[in-house]
Amino acid sequence: MAVSTKSTLDAARLRADFPVFEELVNGRPVAFLDSAASSQKPRQVLDAMVDFYEHSYANVHRGVYRLAERATAGYEGGRTKVASFLGAPSEREVIFTRSATEALNLVAYAWGLDNLGPSDVVVVTDLEHHSSFVPWQYVAGRTGAAFRAIPIDGSGELDLSALEELGNAGTIKVVAANYVSNTLGTVNPVQQIAEWAHDRGAIMVVDAAQAAPHRPIDVQALGCDFLAVSAHKMCGPSGIGALWGRRELLEEMAPFNLGGEMIRSVSMERTTWNELPYKFEAGTPAIAEAVGFGAAVDYLSEIGLDAIEAHERELVEYALGALSELPWIDTYGPPPERREGIVSLNVQGVHPHDVAQVLDWEGVAVRAGHHCTQPLMSKLGVAATVRASFYLYSIPEEVDRLVAGLHKAKQSLG
Amino acid sequence: MSEFDQLYRELILDHYKNPRNHGLLEPADAQAEGQNPLCGDEITVSLRLGENDVVEEVGFDGRGCAISQAAMSMLGDLVKGKTAGEVATLPKEALLDELGIPLTPVRLKCAILGLGVLKLALHKARGTPLPEEWGTSSGGLVLD
Repeated sequence: MAVSTKSTLDAARLRADFPVFEELVNGRPVAFLDSAASSQKPRQVLDAMVDFYEHSYANVHRGVYRLAERATAGYEGGRTKVASFLGAPSEREVIFTRSATEALNLVAYAWGLDNLGPSDVVVVTDLEHHSSFVPWQYVAGRTGAAFRAIPIDGSGELDLSALEELGNAGTIKVVAANYVSNTLGTVNPVQQIAEWAHDRGAIMVVDAAQAAPHRPIDVQALGCDFLAVSAHKMCGPSGIGALWGRRELLEEMAPFNLGGEMIRSVSMERTTWNELPYKFEAGTPAIAEAVGFGAAVDYLSEIGLDAIEAHERELVEYALGALSELPWIDTYGPPPERREGIVSLNVQGVHPHDVAQVLDWEGVAVRAGHHCTQPLMSKLGVAATVRASFYLYSIPEEVDRLVAGLHKAKQSLG
Repeated sequence: MSEFDQLYRELILDHYKNPRNHGLLEPADAQAEGQNPLCGDEITVSLRLGENDVVEEVGFDGRGCAISQAAMSMLGDLVKGKTAGEVATLPKEALLDELGIPLTPVRLKCAILGLGVLKLALHKARGTPLPEEWGTSSGGLVLD
């Protein structure tokens, strides 16, 4: 393949993989600019799941019959693919969860409750999604640990000069940061933060829900200790996510959910835990979803994460360029080269929900609200923003429709 | 888009840009405030009541999205002439019919904020019933 700094994916062609774009509203496909909330699904993923249900479905890890063996192979095959996608040293370190949120809760509860105490400090960031912010705030409260945040600067990037002062706040035990901000698209220097955390003996927990769909992930290169992803944001099904964790930490941790599958033996006197990863997978898991998750990472890998990132960056540059010519638009976040495919904005004097409503009338789907980042909204000094987010199937024409819709919102409401 | 929908949209925009019953009444017989924290909508309602607690005048002040402010603007004319008891039992559907456009659950809260504040004002001033769905927090209505 030729090495190129330009986008090497053909979004117009890839759209043919996504049945949803055959749906027309007022004669046109929806300009779907809400992939940061959840992505659309390609036929390759849908077919893999239907095929699995039609030919290989049974419960996993239990039956001695052939169908159960095929189901287990499908489920574990999904794990192998996800482990490889994340650069995990071993697939035993990849735990399937319901979501990235559940993965982050797993760490906060199963690691946090047993390892934090009153003289400890939990560090998050001003950019955190509530799924990373709230579990740590809660577990810090339960254990008496202090709860602090790395602040942002004016462009919505983490101000690492504040780390030194944070380091003096007590014994830092855990640093939790998202890799990419779901509201601003900011790409955070998690590798650098992980080094800082490790220098202080702390663990580093990365919420990669908004990064894994858009850029290559290698947990070993990042140097983190835990990393959470969500399938539905990366062309996979909803209802399944994954947690990667360092084996030695996972081995030491108490279980999170209790029940079937996660045990080795159960008696009235004593129950012992299963080996990794099953210790953390109580109950019947999302089986076909694991197959779909595997198909999704295959799909993304075939296109190439570098190409996906480059394509989205071109769209962000195009969108920010067009928006910068409109003095009645406020945009938030860093320059295109330091963000993924997300543009948060406001039309001056018009409530973001009204902007989203007008855009919906024009067949443009965006998110308006606080994007589960209320602490960030308060730092930005706004109640809410309008967020347009791009993916591998997004095309410049959709940006044009967004900009035309914003003009309409300004005309009718401004 | 149907002409019917278009008509409703224009009506809502007109109420948003030219709100009826805008401005708080002084003195007033009943007053309350409320907010919708998710959207940042805020509404304060004041009322003057006549014989038999019939709503004679409505005045409101607020800021927020077009749906919340337009719905409050429409609501004033809807409740004038009704008794406090009638307003207390006025179903939200009556207001949603006036608005006429389908609303997602998130926007529904914007639409009914004013009605909740109005019911709260009457509850505080005249002791009319206030069902749990219009629950209050620290004296003002908070929809969440």
